[in-house]
Amino acid sequence: MTSRLAETSEISKRFVDNLAVDGVSISIRAGEIVGLVGANGAGKTTFIRMMLGLLRPDRGQVILFGGPPSRATRHRLGYMPQGMGLYEDLTVFQNLAFTARVFGVEPPALEGDLTGLGDTLVADLPLGLRRRIGFLAALSHHPDLLVLDEPTSGVGPLGRAELWETIHDAADAGAGILVTTHHMDEAEQCDRLVLLSAGRAVASGTVSEILAGQKTIEVTPADPAAAMARLGQAGLPVLPTGANLRLPGVTIDSVRSILGGDVGLTESRSTLEEAFMSLARGV
Amino acid sequence: MSFGFTNVTVELAGETAIENVDLEVEPGAITAVIGGDGAGKTTTSRTLVGLLSPKAGSVRRPEAAAIGYQPEAAGTWRDLTVSENLSFVARAHGLPVVSDRHRELLEVTGLGPASDRLAGELSGGMRQKLAVAMAMLPRPELTVLDEPTTGLDPMSRAEVWRLLARAAGEGTAVLATTSYLNEAERASHVVVLDNGRVLAAGTAESIRASFHGVLGISATRPQGGAPAWRRGNHWRVWAPNGSLPPDARAAAPDLEDVVTAAAYARLEAS
Repeated sequence: MTSRLAETSEISKRFVDNLAVDGVSISIRAGEIVGLVGANGAGKTTFIRMMLGLLRPDRGQVILFGGPPSRATRHRLGYMPQGMGLYEDLTVFQNLAFTARVFGVEPPALEGDLTGLGDTLVADLPLGLRRRIGFLAALSHHPDLLVLDEPTSGVGPLGRAELWETIHDAADAGAGILVTTHHMDEAEQCDRLVLLSAGRAVASGTVSEILAGQKTIEVTPADPAAAMARLGQAGLPVLPTGANLRLPGVTIDSVRSILGGDVGLTESRSTLEEAFMSLARGV
Repeated sequence: MSFGFTNVTVELAGETAIENVDLEVEPGAITAVIGGDGAGKTTTSRTLVGLLSPKAGSVRRPEAAAIGYQPEAAGTWRDLTVSENLSFVARAHGLPVVSDRHRELLEVTGLGPASDRLAGELSGGMRQKLAVAMAMLPRPELTVLDEPTTGLDPMSRAEVWRLLARAAGEGTAVLATTSYLNEAERASHVVVLDNGRVLAAGTAESIRASFHGVLGISATRPQGGAPAWRRGNHWRVWAPNGSLPPDARAAAPDLEDVVTAAAYARLEAS
């Protein structure tokens, strides 16, 4: 059995009257990429901060590398926060050297299209390049567990492909990775997913496990706007898609009872986003 | 008439923010401008509504009073109630403070039960729906919303798109920006921006159809330097000339593949 690098058991955190994280249990093993997916405010960042030992849970337990989070565990962790954790008034070299010095390692080399950026102030870099420097800094001490909070936000299509390649390379080399995103289309990059909604883990597993049994009804009404209004008034979730309407997690009967028996409809497998909608609604 | 850009270039602080962008925003339809941070979405919105002037090209827009604009992550007054936010917009446009329109928007947004709550106490999804309702209230000829769905859960995002579809159904020309490529399906016209330039434009379907060559799936990184990008446990390989490496099997490209391939092609051309 592959070793568990991190494990949380039923951890919770309340901020005044907001229960930000509510009893979430996950584990991350060496070599796997776990995606933490959810909207803003779903509790992703709070969960990460507890798992890293930066915030104490009100309830539940965090185990990192077999023990509680401590100064010693920090050496084996790489963390790229949403703000990237770079000093904007230092150059790229100075940032990488600073991080490397903290961990007592050699700074990483700048390769590919990062070559030649060493003397540039981080403040002068476009967001996409800044994110890739932040990623390089987080990886410089070859951490066993890498935590990336929305690593691809603001990165163009090619930069995104390159970042994911580096993430996969790190996992192939044996690191365990926890990555957050609110882009559903990135979630299929992960080996396993945990879907967070209002602080709770509403589903977890591989993409195919999460999609198993999740169905969406697709209707092709003569008047899509009118049909959408009627379905919406009845409280059904409606996604306009091209000329059709897609309704995740509802029954054929419920659609027929609103639009009539002669409306053209088909049942198809849900996309991940549609599955998430159903799961978050508790269907 | 339709609104939009012809060959518009905008500079911000001496740097080119968007370059040679064409844009069509038609009454009764939704145009989505899609791209990451820094792609030029906000510059496009601000130029269309007249807050920025282009260095080159022409902008077609109605008079200011006929434009509804919601900037990114803004547009509601947090210390006013839901109802007061709508009334404020009505008053600013010289309309009755409470009207059938006001009640209708409360109903279609599902915000009726929350009408006396402070906007600052709403969830992100509800607040964003309020912002869209505020833009719709005076029935503008052109509604421009900058990232109305960013950071929202899929359900709230779908509800915001439902409101946008309703606004279009009332005859408004709607432009919405987003960083979610899969929202292209919700719009009748799509412009994908990368680094200030148009990477792809058309309907989601025509953009998918614009893919040239063959897309393949391979378990390993293909040899020989063919353009390839990893997705999960496999590689997507693009063969512009139609001949895939031997270990790759052909697959249907999705929108993400088409946009990634277009970015590759642009990189090669530069």
